[in-house]
Amino acid sequence: MTAADNAAAKARPAGPSARPVVAVRGVAKLFSNGTLALQNVNLDIGRRQFMSLLGPSGCGKSTLLRMIAGLGTASAGTIDWPEADHDAHGAAMPRLSFVFQEPTLMPWASAIKNVMLPLKLAGVPKEERRARAADALGLVGLGAFENAYPRELSGGMKMRVSIARGMVTKPDVLLMDEPFAALDEITRFKLNNDLLELWHASNFTVVFVTHSVFESVYLSQRIVVMAARPGRIIADLDSSAPYPRAPDYRTSPLYNDHCRRASHALEVAMGHAQGQATGAH
Amino acid sequence: MAEAARPAITPTITIGDDAPPVMLQHKRVLGVSVATWPKILMPLAVGLLALAGWELAVRLQGIPVYILPGPILIAQTMVSDWGTLSGSLWITLSISLAALSAAVVLGVSLSVLFAQSKWVELSFFPYAVILQVTPIVAIAPLIIIWVNDVKLSLLICAWIVAFFPILSNTTLGLNSADHNLLNLFQLYKATRFQTLMNLRLPSALPYFLGGLKISGGLALIGAVVAEFVAGTGGSQSGLAYRILESGYQLRIPRMFAALFMISISGIVIFMCLSLLSHLTLRRWHESALKREN
Repeated sequence: MTAADNAAAKARPAGPSARPVVAVRGVAKLFSNGTLALQNVNLDIGRRQFMSLLGPSGCGKSTLLRMIAGLGTASAGTIDWPEADHDAHGAAMPRLSFVFQEPTLMPWASAIKNVMLPLKLAGVPKEERRARAADALGLVGLGAFENAYPRELSGGMKMRVSIARGMVTKPDVLLMDEPFAALDEITRFKLNNDLLELWHASNFTVVFVTHSVFESVYLSQRIVVMAARPGRIIADLDSSAPYPRAPDYRTSPLYNDHCRRASHALEVAMGHAQGQATGAH
Repeated sequence: MAEAARPAITPTITIGDDAPPVMLQHKRVLGVSVATWPKILMPLAVGLLALAGWELAVRLQGIPVYILPGPILIAQTMVSDWGTLSGSLWITLSISLAALSAAVVLGVSLSVLFAQSKWVELSFFPYAVILQVTPIVAIAPLIIIWVNDVKLSLLICAWIVAFFPILSNTTLGLNSADHNLLNLFQLYKATRFQTLMNLRLPSALPYFLGGLKISGGLALIGAVVAEFVAGTGGSQSGLAYRILESGYQLRIPRMFAALFMISISGIVIFMCLSLLSHLTLRRWHESALKREN
């Protein structure tokens, strides 16, 4: 895919007629201890969208993300993949990658071996997986650290390896569960920009779970705000601004405006304000 | 601050302010870095002091040889009786190592089986515990009666003692794989076998090596104890029988020489397994890495 194609794709808004990559319909999750983690969640995520799930802790945003990833089943409702291939039993086979809050690397394997893992599991020949993993490490700026062990890398570098491992399979959807929450602010800003660059140069969808208003506004086109007890969606905000977003976007009036609306929705979610942004369903 | 109070233990040696510490950092004497030498010399010095004290006490008190021989006499006996003792040493060592190998193969296989299903583990683990807690001295006579071949019965006894730490540690290790990595493997639709080979077994490695270090010593103890119980002589007997025999014949220096050889074997086995563990884990596991502060 060329840069011109990408630009055209990004320019095209994901209108209501476009088929979503993933369609969440009436999903609920009841844990065995009786906690209702999610109630009647409906969500369409468009192709090539950068979407954030924002909410206080315990609102079920991570649970929802894990269910989208297929880790754990919904107690009610369905999660469909209209665009994905389906196997012989009719189960969707979406091309997914997941980036956890921790880098979640194998400590006994070098950076490149960690990145090669998804390809190895998929049975990709050794030569090819080495080349592709080297490319992915290059994309996240760690070309010189192929043979370093996770222990020898800083927190930010480990997260980059984790992102490279997510990118190496060329996924349709990249699911990220508070990936930068444990990093210091300088590293986080740097990784925010690098992630946007990767996303802009490629054609995957990102679902980004965060509890930071600023991070969600800076990164995404759309912010879905969730509230706790029971976990549910209370607002679906537009956060559009042209990409690429440079650091000076953080000081622009548009950014401020998006932040104000997202903060307000989050306050409603936490029950600290009586707003008009009541239940979206 | 605690940081300031703690004396810094680093391999850096600085002489004066303008001496470049980098030059001295990796200086080696006889292939061992300067910082490592005290670790070798200190315990050696303690050992030599103890032996000297022992020799001195025996000589000054005039303790008869049949009560307590001095270390010099023991060393002399070790040299003069080397023909008989080395043969026995070899037999004891070969039984211990065979038992340890069997413990590794069976312990790891069984723990892999346990890792496949919680039910298999729940059903069989108690019996492994029973095998462990039953005193080997009590069941060794039975095994010696049941198994005609003495050497094989000794091997079985040593195996029973050495088997459990490997089984129990490896089982724990296989179940200790990082949950998010397990999720990742599930996400990428890894087969059970792929998960075992690429995730569970590497995660279990440090635990297995810990168990191996314990089992190495236990295999030797098991082989010695079983031979004490068997009490059979002949040219095929190990160090334990040499101890018994020397006791009957009141050749106490030889008894001590055999005892020393068992201890030294145990230390050598432990050191070899520690080295193996260090070499395997040095690139990644916390246990093999220097703290950074």
